[in-house]
Amino acid sequence: MRNPQTSTLLFELSRSGRRGTRLPKCDVPELPLQDLLPAPACSNQPLTLPEIAEPDVVRHFTNLSTLNMSVDSHFYPLGSCTMKYNAKRNERMAALPGLAHLHPYQPTSTLQGMLQLLYELQQMLSEISGLPAVSLQPAAGAHGEFASLMMAAAYFQDRGESRNTVLTPDSAHGTNPASASMAGFETITIKSTSAGLVDMDDLQRHLDDRIAVFMITNPNTLGLFEQQVEEIATLVHQQGGLIYLDGANMNAILGISRPGDFGADMMHFNPHKTFSGPHGGGGPGAGPICVSEALEPFLPSPVVCYQQGEYQLDLDRPLSIGRVRSFFGSVGVLVRSYCYIRSHGPDGLKRIAENAVLNANYLLSQVEQVLDVPHGNRCMHEFVASAERLQKEMNLPRPAMDIAKRLLDYGFHPPTVYFPLTVNESIMIEPTETESKETLDLFAEALACITKEDPQLLEHAPHSTPVSRPDEVQAARQTVMKWTAD
Amino acid sequence: MPYVLNTTDDQRAMLDAIGAGSLEELFEMIPPSLQLGRPLDIPLALTEMELAQVMGALSEKNLHVENAVSFLGGGSYDHFIPAVVDTIAGRGEFYTSYTPYQPEVSQGNLQAMFEYQSLICQLTGMDVSNASLYDGGSATAEAALMAISATRRSGRVVVAESVHPEYRQVLQTYFANLETELVTIPVTDGIVDPASIEQAVDEETACVLLQSPNFFGCIEEVEEITRIAHKAGALGCSIFDPISLAILKRPGEMDVDIAVAEGQSLGSPMLYGGPSLGIMTCRESFVRRLPGRISGQTVDRHGNRCWVLTLQTREQHIRREKATSNICTNQGLFALRAAVYLATMGPQGLLETAMLCAQKAHYAADQICQSDRFERVFDAPVFKEFVIRDLWGEVAPLLEHAASEHILAGIPLGNWYDQLADCFLVTTTEKRTREEIDRLAKCLDQAPGGSTDNA
Repeated sequence: MRNPQTSTLLFELSRSGRRGTRLPKCDVPELPLQDLLPAPACSNQPLTLPEIAEPDVVRHFTNLSTLNMSVDSHFYPLGSCTMKYNAKRNERMAALPGLAHLHPYQPTSTLQGMLQLLYELQQMLSEISGLPAVSLQPAAGAHGEFASLMMAAAYFQDRGESRNTVLTPDSAHGTNPASASMAGFETITIKSTSAGLVDMDDLQRHLDDRIAVFMITNPNTLGLFEQQVEEIATLVHQQGGLIYLDGANMNAILGISRPGDFGADMMHFNPHKTFSGPHGGGGPGAGPICVSEALEPFLPSPVVCYQQGEYQLDLDRPLSIGRVRSFFGSVGVLVRSYCYIRSHGPDGLKRIAENAVLNANYLLSQVEQVLDVPHGNRCMHEFVASAERLQKEMNLPRPAMDIAKRLLDYGFHPPTVYFPLTVNESIMIEPTETESKETLDLFAEALACITKEDPQLLEHAPHSTPVSRPDEVQAARQTVMKWTAD
Repeated sequence: MPYVLNTTDDQRAMLDAIGAGSLEELFEMIPPSLQLGRPLDIPLALTEMELAQVMGALSEKNLHVENAVSFLGGGSYDHFIPAVVDTIAGRGEFYTSYTPYQPEVSQGNLQAMFEYQSLICQLTGMDVSNASLYDGGSATAEAALMAISATRRSGRVVVAESVHPEYRQVLQTYFANLETELVTIPVTDGIVDPASIEQAVDEETACVLLQSPNFFGCIEEVEEITRIAHKAGALGCSIFDPISLAILKRPGEMDVDIAVAEGQSLGSPMLYGGPSLGIMTCRESFVRRLPGRISGQTVDRHGNRCWVLTLQTREQHIRREKATSNICTNQGLFALRAAVYLATMGPQGLLETAMLCAQKAHYAADQICQSDRFERVFDAPVFKEFVIRDLWGEVAPLLEHAASEHILAGIPLGNWYDQLADCFLVTTTEKRTREEIDRLAKCLDQAPGGSTDNA
């Protein structure tokens, strides 16, 4: 069934003289090139690009697409990424000409529908987060972290305080410390307890007046709700610091608990996770941030406001950190978020959280019969199993990787493996609410089968995919990052 | 509840298996005092039909390129998008997958990323491209950060005033807590004078940042300025217009060290400014300092050619606070769009597109300046954008008037440049017809205002 040309590169399909499209004839009086542009500005080498006819372009990329697993085709329980079903109606809505084909510098009088949508989204995100002020500008979750930390820096500067330290738990996403570095902070890592929660003693030891921000993920990356979050917030606030909530796991608590109510001063949403914006093979996402009143003046500019019966862009924000990207933000993603929230309403959002947590707990109850789950038999939207025991039992040095690869043969996208770093041979499973009990059962059965298989079968898995175990060391040592003619 | 599959019976069976009495019990981990205990105060749920009505109404309130004629540019462009691009990007196998952490079931994305990187290298003449950043603005800031890391000089970054004002604002934000001084070089006659760059570059300067064609549409002396930067041991960083490279000298031909761009022109709709595509390229020797994902070629255990995410030790999920950048989610789908676009256009299609842009820009400038009210501001050569001065100094009402006739005539420059408060930026892509350009010129010429109104 497989097209033999599937892995042929575009450049290898190229034949001189083929064309994929034609442009209209020039309908204005034509000037010679040298009258338009001075010769020294022009290239004297012809542009090299592949020459391919439209049918071949379509067949090439269509065949490539069939080499991917995707949410539309497979169960994709990639922990921390919330790979839920992407609503098709949202794709249709986002493509409406009056939403897709708008220029960022149109007069606001010609954008009232778009600005209304963005204004209402700001309000809905504020209500969902329990935080009063919103910026839709950041381009992704990590970008929202960076923007918020820059706001924290500006806030402390405005108060005449010099604080240079950000605390992150050892279970935090890698983006947290990386964002802190980019924003100019030192990072201190706080340990977790054996129960998987922030170690309060370690936190106390590091709390002093140099602390700017404590970045917490709640529910955390082990899928546990940080029950002492209010106490953590009180302690950090007593020292004059701020609480940042990494909102990657908001799917678990939509309509049930709000970051603003448990002490967060700032947070980001990942609309491509929580509000089902498609992940696009790596992006785009968006990273809107919600903050407390005290931080509102520092929000990136612009923010949508409603004044004198018109939606406008508030550009007059003297304390703003400025822009973190050009133009308004990831509007195409935000339009899908708007559609998603409006399609669910208050009850629907709550039911997302309930069923995401139900599915995760049910799957946990099945998986713990096969693999160790070190942090108890209850979780929020995801849980972390460990394959460490199989290192000895199956004599496999990297059993989490081998299980992940073998799952591919069973037709499942593997969970996240080797993250969080606090669990050895970790397997982080997030089923989401858009899966059925039958799918979860099949997945658990596959896991059970795999752990009983011949270890050799695992070590060389996958056996049914187009390629198997690419050599990553070679890729990094003899880097080939583009096609070349020779 | 549109996308949840669990029936009441399913829920019951699952709760039994868990050993929980109710859904509420599953949330016992959350202290009751931290539970909301009331419904969210947001609008009630809509069905698909109702949603379509709401969204249709919002959409119809806006002017857009299907009910108006747009001459707006400044970093976001109404270029032609072949249907092929939407067809491919609309495939669920592409848009509902994620970062290719599992290469065995991501060869489609990884190969497309590799092809994107290769196409961008062909287009720019640069050695290496990453798999995308967020947009032109953040790519500009990342280029400056990378230059600091590559040169180990953190004293100064020299940037031309003609670089997109929002990119410079992003740069300012990113650099707010660093010791690096951002030195902005003013523009004379639409471009920066290489002599003023020479004066500004010192032995602590990491790079010179230049955009060409710049925000005013004018072509800068990139080669000369890059030479000046190199003489001082600094890097030359340029921001390019991808479409223009079918005609204009490519960054790689001008010895540029890091070249970045906004890639929306390559097959993506404007989307009110985002998401778009940050293009980032550099010399081979800097690749380990490059931010973002990279797809690399290798072989699998059977010896088959294949692709993986490579050089991941640069990235935040491995290096944490020592990573080259914090970027995780990128613009994969828009990089795919760019790859499909470039493959469909080919060298001839892109060249014709670029020629049409340039021809129409020159025609439009001439037509607009037929009126005594308007003049060109700069003499420097332009590609597809140009600056017009309204001698009556009434830019805001002029543009509002044009909008009332469903013509988006230009971008007022007074927001960013005090000395250009009476000026606006006009852009012509290959999509603008002679009839539309003539209509623009007529509309501007006949707009009310100035002495005729006061008389």
